Amino acid sequence: MSNKSITEIVNKNLKTRYKKEARFKKYGQLSIFLAVTFLFIFFTSIISKGYSAFYQAEIFLKVDLNQEYIDPDNTNDLEEIRYSDFDGVINESLYSLFPQIIKRSDKRQLRDLMSSGASITVQQLVLDDLSLIGQTINIWLPLDDEVDMLIKGNIDVDLPEQARRISDMQINFIEILQKKGLIKNKFNKNLFLSGDSRESEQAGILGAFVGSALMLTITFLIAFPLGVSAAIYLEEFAPKNKFIDFIEVNINNLAAVPSIIYGLLGLAVFINYAGMPRSAPLVGGLVLALMTFPVIIIAARASLQSVPPSIRDAALGVGASKMQSIFDHILPLALPGILTGSIIGMARALGESAPLIMIGMVAFVVDIPTSPLDSSAALPVQVYLWADSPERGFVEKTSAAIMVLLVFLLLMNSLAIWLRNKYEIKW
Amino acid sequence: MVINMSNNEFNNFKTVGNTKTSNEVVMSVENCNVFYGDNQALNNINIDVGRSEVLALIGPSGCGKSTFLRCLNRLNDTIDSCKVTGKIHLEEEDIYSGEIDVVMLRARVGMVFQKPNPFPKSIYENVAYGPKIHGITTSKQELDELVEVSLEKAGLLDEVKDRIHTPGTSLSGGQQQRLCIARAIAIKPDVILMDEPCSALDPIATEKIEDLINELKENYAIVMVTHSMSQAARVSQRAAYFHLGHLVEVGDTKKIFNNPEHELTKNYISGRTG
Repeated sequence: MSNKSITEIVNKNLKTRYKKEARFKKYGQLSIFLAVTFLFIFFTSIISKGYSAFYQAEIFLKVDLNQEYIDPDNTNDLEEIRYSDFDGVINESLYSLFPQIIKRSDKRQLRDLMSSGASITVQQLVLDDLSLIGQTINIWLPLDDEVDMLIKGNIDVDLPEQARRISDMQINFIEILQKKGLIKNKFNKNLFLSGDSRESEQAGILGAFVGSALMLTITFLIAFPLGVSAAIYLEEFAPKNKFIDFIEVNINNLAAVPSIIYGLLGLAVFINYAGMPRSAPLVGGLVLALMTFPVIIIAARASLQSVPPSIRDAALGVGASKMQSIFDHILPLALPGILTGSIIGMARALGESAPLIMIGMVAFVVDIPTSPLDSSAALPVQVYLWADSPERGFVEKTSAAIMVLLVFLLLMNSLAIWLRNKYEIKW
Repeated sequence: MVINMSNNEFNNFKTVGNTKTSNEVVMSVENCNVFYGDNQALNNINIDVGRSEVLALIGPSGCGKSTFLRCLNRLNDTIDSCKVTGKIHLEEEDIYSGEIDVVMLRARVGMVFQKPNPFPKSIYENVAYGPKIHGITTSKQELDELVEVSLEKAGLLDEVKDRIHTPGTSLSGGQQQRLCIARAIAIKPDVILMDEPCSALDPIATEKIEDLINELKENYAIVMVTHSMSQAARVSQRAAYFHLGHLVEVGDTKKIFNNPEHELTKNYISGRTG
């Protein structure tokens, strides 16, 4: 074969080779483009549906905290005041805006514009400052979710009156109030400061957020030390035999077990057998820990394996014991990888709803949990619950809860990246 | 020409030359066999390691030199399938019989590896780590002194004294290897094992290490694996030729290089095998 023919052959192949490379690049770019497009669609959809949940229609009222309604017997007893007729003072203030309304049924329609949360707001104000009794206060109070929806344009006013949950007369009231400038959209503090509610204008995600945070803390405290220790033992100390192989296979299997199975296990073991409370973050955390445990073991073992053997040799070579070589040299080098893997495992646990439903965290819980033993909701389950609610107001709430969940996830992943960069040892 | 020697030809093989040292014996190996699972890597090795001398282990790749070196500080223990039989004495104690703890053994038999492998920590901590874990020094001041002396002995102090707290991994390859030597001598071992310490270094760095080895041999017994014939000739006093897991010939370096007895040694020295 002459030299010339080899050049020709190579030349002929060269084109195909470069074509292959170009095609591969195109595939890569295409897949990235698709991924970014879907991500964009996903975020646009959620944000466009959910952003309106961050504000809420409120009405400006002059409320006369008349002693006829509040603490009429002048007991100055907090308990007595708590059960005073706060709805009454708000209604009086509302009627005074429309003096021409006299019929009981019309008054009722006017009253229904208010959120039931309004009286709670006023009640809290008075309980905090008893000197307000007898005075007139100017205050912004929340309107009912139907009114909120109307103002946000989510209710079709062209529908026949019977097909809407808001009457023609109420729409008329609202228009008058808007003209007077008494109705405004205000930042919805409730969304971040209160627990769940049947009334969408009062529903917040603090309960679910605290529940999720408590659960993740428990998950981390249990799964991380146990997982890392197990990984160190299996990787560094365990004898290589059939039994250990069997355990390894099972750990890999456990990582692939559907999460709902862990929920059933938690229900059977922690609640039925050990008698722990239902719907509690403690049980949720334990179940999620069981679920995250194998993921952490696998991540930690992979990081331990990737520490170069020369470091082991170096440590053993100067006479470090096995334990010293692991904790002084190998573990610090493996730590960034272990942390990243663990936090990704934790992020998966945060987004998990199936096992939590099994252990009763799907319950309707208004109170914000103060300890891991209280009943609580969790963010993903809250999304599920709200998505399931028929009221129009919960649609935007669902998207808002998803946004909060995503921000939580984003923060956790950023933490993972930050930790990795911080502890990564440059060679 | 490649010599392919089947195990049959090594039946009842006996090492040629003088396995004893003329200096004080620090380590002595008797009938050492090493197996990786069913594979025998070393056959019936007998050799002494003497104080104040450099023993060079030479031979073609895969002949068992490194395996043998790692027997001397039991670093082979980390390989599960590896089994060692026979006796290896460090002074009076048999290192494989449990008479001496493995941590203690490695404190007395230091090692320098083929690729410089400083810990990814500061220069100071690299050297101080050994003394710290063994509790050799009692005060910070003493430790500082020991680190300085070790770096000085390794010929590195002048180059790094302004940046002793910067990462050891930021040094050049040759400096890293001298740092590893400083780390090894900081715990004042009796023996230093070196596994091709210059194979990853350029000629200038190699020369520095060789000079260093020359100085160190006054106080330590040094066992060095090398692929460079000229290096073995330059730095060692005794040489041992390994072939296919057998110790073929041992003797004074001069004799091995100028007048080898065994056919295999002759072939290797003259460049016909390997």
